[in-house]
Amino acid sequence: MAGEGEKKPVLEMVQADGADEGCVTFVLHDEDHTLGNSLRYMVMKNADVEFCGYSITHPSESKINFRIQTRGGIPATEPLRKGLNDLSDVCQHVLNTFQVRFCFRFNSN
Amino acid sequence: QQNVSININDLRTILYLYVRYDDTWDMQRFQKNFTMDIVDLDENCMEFDMVGIDAAIANAFRRILLAEVPTMAVEKVFIYNNTSIIQDEVLAHRLGLIPIKADPRLFEYRNAGEESGEDAGSEIDTIQLQLKVKCSRNPRASKDSSDPQELYLNHMVYSGDMKWMPIGNQADVFADANIGPVHDDILIAQLRPGQELDIIMHCVKGIGKDHAKFSPVATASYRLLPEITLLEPIEGEKAERLKRCFSRGVIHLEELNGKKVAMVVNSRLDTCSREVLRHDDLKNLVKLGRVRDHFIFTVESTGVLPPEVLVTEAIKVLMTKCQRFLNELDNTDME
Repeated sequence: MAGEGEKKPVLEMVQADGADEGCVTFVLHDEDHTLGNSLRYMVMKNADVEFCGYSITHPSESKINFRIQTRGGIPATEPLRKGLNDLSDVCQHVLNTFQVRFCFRFNSN
Repeated sequence: QQNVSININDLRTILYLYVRYDDTWDMQRFQKNFTMDIVDLDENCMEFDMVGIDAAIANAFRRILLAEVPTMAVEKVFIYNNTSIIQDEVLAHRLGLIPIKADPRLFEYRNAGEESGEDAGSEIDTIQLQLKVKCSRNPRASKDSSDPQELYLNHMVYSGDMKWMPIGNQADVFADANIGPVHDDILIAQLRPGQELDIIMHCVKGIGKDHAKFSPVATASYRLLPEITLLEPIEGEKAERLKRCFSRGVIHLEELNGKKVAMVVNSRLDTCSREVLRHDDLKNLVKLGRVRDHFIFTVESTGVLPPEVLVTEAIKVLMTKCQRFLNELDNTDME
């Protein structure tokens, strides 16, 4: 961990001892309900996920605890990765639709 | 599918349970059901609809528009001379809140923890502005006038008096864009003869989460589309009263077989005052609710960036957040 003293953590994983890889609490730094709620929605849409929730530990600290529990022994980083990718794809689609609509309106004026 | 029903005292969510309903994420289904429509667009204000998306994501866009789309604003105020009656800190606070017309995408964030001297800023992260006003007596005023407009010169300090001082290559890079306050007529301070202001300001890039002066929107909000269902035909005098219970243009009275029948024409115009629920004979004939996935956004910009640019930037901010954590996951996986 040499040289990492000055770097601020972005994402941490907290796992209970003895639990399998499927139950993990992620600590996302510098985040709040903006990403927390939308990411929770996307991860819950995953059929492999048994439990997903997030909480803000204290309003003075800008970090969220994001917990994922999967069924079937799937490592918890997978639904998280899929949720992030799906959310990114949703944003891309919204952006494309908006730009198409805007060009349509702009050209018709 | 869920519906929100509006009652006299509360809002109830009615859940329809579908057996074997597959709620898994399906990108094709989302793309098929998702539409957007730009209803109203002018220089500073935009109203658009988003249909087929969930509240979590629509709210994320709203929160980002308010707090995480960056802008430029005055951060450091170097007061060389302030003999006005406005205190230094009050003056500095007012200057910070003035919207600055500079495209924040062309600037970088300033590194935190630099020394607070004037040389800390460079041309890629700082805009320098100067405010130098001295109030004097008007020699040409008439003897017995009492109008300050006539008696004094430069007694009102407006944001239009803030002049841009280009640093480094900014004069070439931003030759066309005249950098300065968005509005010229914001009153900053009032002076009397002998008082003067001599101030240099540094503008930096920031986000609304840090300080509200960096927020690019006057406000950004959304509401759900109201849904008004008439449970049985309403005609005659009742229809007239029903029409008065809603905002203008929502209910239209059609002539059918010589009688006036009420029809819901445009529920979007309704402000949901629930007036109809106060009438005992009308309240059971109408079902009020909201369409859960139809969001009517209103974005009003302060003038820094046009509202459509703000919306695209907000969507990109959310994508950047996802990307940041994806990269972090990949990095930890490789270790």
